[in-house]
Amino acid sequence: MQHAEARQEDLSASREGRGRPATRDEVVVARHLEKRFGDFVAVDGIDFSVERGEVFGFLGPNGAGKTSTMRMVSCLSPVSGGELSVLGMEPNAHGPEIRRRLGLVPQDDTLDLELSVRDNLYLYGRYFDLPRREVRQRVERLLEFAHLSEKGDEEVDNLSGGMKRRLTIARALISEPELVILDEPTTGLDPQARHLLWDRLYRLKQEGVTLVITTHYMDEAEQLCDRLVVMDKGKIVAAGSPRQLIDTYSTREVAELRFGVDENAAAAERLAELAARVEVLPDRVLLYTDDGDEALRAALGLGLRPEASLVRRSSLEDVFLRLTGRSLVD
Amino acid sequence: MTVRPVFERSSVLSLRVLPPALLGRGMARRLVERNVIAYRRRWWILATGFFEPFFYLLSIGLGLGHLVGRLHLDGRLVAYAAYVAPGLLASSAMNGALFDSTFNVFFKLKIAKSYDAVLATPVEVGDIALGEVTWSLLRGAIYSFAFMCVMAAMGLVLSGWAVLCFGAATLVSFAFAGIGMGATCYMRSWQDFDYVSMASIPMFLFSAVFYPLSVYPGWLQVVVSLTPLYQGVDMIRELDAGLLTPALALHAGYLFALGLAGMAVAARRLGALLRP
Amino acid sequence: MGALAAPRPSLLRPGWLRPYRYFAFRYKRTWRGTVTSSILYPILYLLAMGLGLGHLVNSHLHAVDQTGRLGGVGYVQFLAPGLLVASAMQWGTNESMYPVMGGLKWLKTYHALLATPVRVRDLVSGHLAWVATRVGGASALFLAVLAVFGDVPSPLGVLAVLVAVLTGLAFAGPVAAFTATQENDAALPVLYRLGTVPLFLFSGTFFPIAQLPGWLQVVARATPLYHGVALSRALVLGRVSAPAALAHASYLVAMATLGAWAARRTFTRRLVV
Repeated sequence: MQHAEARQEDLSASREGRGRPATRDEVVVARHLEKRFGDFVAVDGIDFSVERGEVFGFLGPNGAGKTSTMRMVSCLSPVSGGELSVLGMEPNAHGPEIRRRLGLVPQDDTLDLELSVRDNLYLYGRYFDLPRREVRQRVERLLEFAHLSEKGDEEVDNLSGGMKRRLTIARALISEPELVILDEPTTGLDPQARHLLWDRLYRLKQEGVTLVITTHYMDEAEQLCDRLVVMDKGKIVAAGSPRQLIDTYSTREVAELRFGVDENAAAAERLAELAARVEVLPDRVLLYTDDGDEALRAALGLGLRPEASLVRRSSLEDVFLRLTGRSLVD
Repeated sequence: MTVRPVFERSSVLSLRVLPPALLGRGMARRLVERNVIAYRRRWWILATGFFEPFFYLLSIGLGLGHLVGRLHLDGRLVAYAAYVAPGLLASSAMNGALFDSTFNVFFKLKIAKSYDAVLATPVEVGDIALGEVTWSLLRGAIYSFAFMCVMAAMGLVLSGWAVLCFGAATLVSFAFAGIGMGATCYMRSWQDFDYVSMASIPMFLFSAVFYPLSVYPGWLQVVVSLTPLYQGVDMIRELDAGLLTPALALHAGYLFALGLAGMAVAARRLGALLRP
Repeated sequence: MGALAAPRPSLLRPGWLRPYRYFAFRYKRTWRGTVTSSILYPILYLLAMGLGLGHLVNSHLHAVDQTGRLGGVGYVQFLAPGLLVASAMQWGTNESMYPVMGGLKWLKTYHALLATPVRVRDLVSGHLAWVATRVGGASALFLAVLAVFGDVPSPLGVLAVLVAVLTGLAFAGPVAAFTATQENDAALPVLYRLGTVPLFLFSGTFFPIAQLPGWLQVVARATPLYHGVALSRALVLGRVSAPAALAHASYLVAMATLGAWAARRTFTRRLVV
C-alpha cells in the first residue's frame, strides 16, 4: 500500500515536471460528447482526452454515465452528439477498424459459458482474424499472465469471480491492443483478488499499453490512475491527477469523529470553528484540516467525547463528497 | 438539383448499409468455428439429434404403417413408410433449425450475453446473424444426410432425383433458421418460447407430414398449404418421387424469401439490441 | 424458542406440505403457458393422428377385414387412452428435468427451502406430490375432453386418471433422481431424445406392440409406459381382466416407489454436503 502510494506520487510529479508537450499523442479525444437513450441523457456533453501510455480513470457512482462513455469509446454504442475520436478515427464510421486495435473488459464478463477457459481465449483471437498458430501461442502466454495456466481446460462456469475477471482481461489482450478499456475491473472481488488484478494492470502499463478505467472505488482510482475525471449525473465535475484533485478540493488530512447516530449534527455545530470545513454524514462527522491530530485534540478540549475517532489523509472520496455532496458508494 | 442528391444518397445508403448489416464483413465463419469448437466436447448432444426423426420413421412409418397399408402418391402405390419419410425429413429440418436459432441464440443473446463480447471485436452484427444461420444449416445438413442414408438403406427412396432432397431440406432449414432468429430477437423471457412450440407442433402434426392434404375439407387444405412446413414437405416429397413440376420453384422461392426476410429482421433488430 | 419452533410434522400437517405449497404458489405465475402445452398438445396429437391418420387406418383395416387388430374399435378410441398416459409420462418427466435443475442449481430454490425446517425427504415428497397434482389435473381435463367426444365408452374410464398419475410418478421419481446427479443440463435433452421419445413411440400408444419384432416386444413390456397404456386402455374401453390389471398397477407402484427412494438418495447426496 505504502509502496504504491509513493510510486503514485512519483508518477504525477514527473508528469507535472515534464509539462504538456506541444505534440501530444492523444489516443482518445472527446468534445461535447453526448449519449442519449430517448429522453434520458446518460452522458451530457463531456470533454476529455487520453494520452498514449497513461492510465486514465473515470471515477463516479453507479449511473454517472461512465459505462455509456466506455461503450461509445469502444464503438459498441453509437455516439449521440458531439465529437469522439479513438485512435485517430471516428467510431460511428470506423467501428471495426478501431475495435481491431482496442481491448475491452466489459462490466459483465460476458464469457462464453459453453467453452473452456482456453477456447474462450482462442476463439476471441479468431474473431480478430488472427492465424491459428499465432493465437495458440498468445493463448498460452496470456493464460500464464492471468495466472490461469492450470485452469486452461476448465469450464468457465467453474471459475471463481476473480479468475473470471482475469480471464476477461486476458481475453481483451489477445489482439495485443494499444488501448485497453476496463469497465469496473474489480467490482465484486475480494481484496486479495483485487490486488492481484492491479498488479497485472501495472505490468500492462509498463509495457506501454494505454488503459482507460472506470471505477466507483476511490482507492482503485488513486492506486492506478495517472489522471482521472470525476463524473456525476452525466457530467465531468473535476479533472486532474489524484494528487491534484485532492490538493484542490480537499485538505491534507481528515479527522473522523463518531458521536452516535442522533448526536452527530449537534456535535458538528460545536466543531465548526476547528476545521476549514465540516461535513456531517449519517454515521460520522468529518473535519477537513491540514493537521488532523491537532483538530482532534481541540475537539476533546471542547469537552466532546466521540465514541470513536481517527485521523487519515484525504482521499478521492473526500473530493467526491466536496463536489457532489454525496458518497461514492451508497 | 434538389431531387438528385436525395435519390443518390438513398441508393448509396442502401448499398453501403445493407450488405454489412445483412451479411456482415466476412467474419461469419468465425461464429461457425465457435459452434464447432463448443460442440467438440459435446458431440453426443449433436449426435442424438438425429434419432428423433429416425424413431418416428420406425414407429409411425413402419409400425403404424402396417395398419395404414399403401397410399397413392401421384398414381403410384407406395408403402406408408415411403410416404411419411420425406415429411419427417422436412419436419426434422424445421425442428433442428428452430432449436438452434431460438433457444441457443436466446441463451447467447440474453443469458450469457456472449454476443456483447463478440461485438467488441471487428465482427459485426450481420456476421453474427449470418454465422448462426450458417451453423444451423450445417447442422441440419448433417442430420438430413444421415436421415437420407437411412431412407436409402430401408429402401424408401422412390427415385434418383431424391439426391436433391438434401438441398431442399437445407432450404427448409434456412427458412426456419431465418424466422427463428427474427422471432428470437423479439423474445423477452423463456416463457415466450411457448409460442415457438405453439407454431411448430401444430405444423408438424397437420402439414401433411403424416397423411395427404385430401383428408381435409377444401378451405383447410388452402390454409395448410400456405404454411412453410407444408411447402417444404411437398417439395421434398415431389423430389423424392421424381416429380419435377413448376410448383417446385414456387416452394423453393417461398422458403428462400421467408428465410431472407427473417434474417433481415434479425440483423436489424440485433443491431438495435446489441448496439443501443 | 419453543413457541417459535416449527410444528413437528404430523399426520394432519405432513412434512411435504410446505414444499408442496411453495411449488403450487410458484405455479400460479406460469400456469397459463403450461395449460396450453399440457392440454392443447395431446388434443392436437389426437386430432392429427386419431382423426387424420386414423381415417387412413380405419379404411385400410376395413378393406382388408382386419379391424380385430385394434380390438374392434376405431383408431381414435384405440389411441386416446394411450395418449392420455403417454402425456402423463411427458408431464412427469418434464417436471423432473428443468424445474429440478433450476431448484438445484440455477435458482437454488431447494437450498432456500432446506434453510427452513423442510427436510430433504419432505422436499422430494413435496415435489412428487406436486407432480401428481399437475398430472392428475391435466389428465382429468384430457379425459373430460375425450368423454365429450364419446371416446370413453366405459365408466371405469374415470380410473384412467389414477393410472395417469401413477405413470407420471413412475417417471417423475427416477428422472428427478437422475437430474440430481447431473452437474448441468447437457444430458437432459439426450435423456429426452433417447428415453422419452422412443417410449412415447414404441410402447403401444400408437399401434399394438404386436407389430414390433419379437425382441422389441420384450423390451416394450419392460417399460412402465407400456403397463400404463395397457391398463388405461383396458379401463377406458371397459375390457378389464383383474389379474392383468393388478399386474400392470403393481408394476407402476413399484416403479414409482423405487423412483422416490432413488430421488431421496441422490437429492441427499447433492444437497446435504
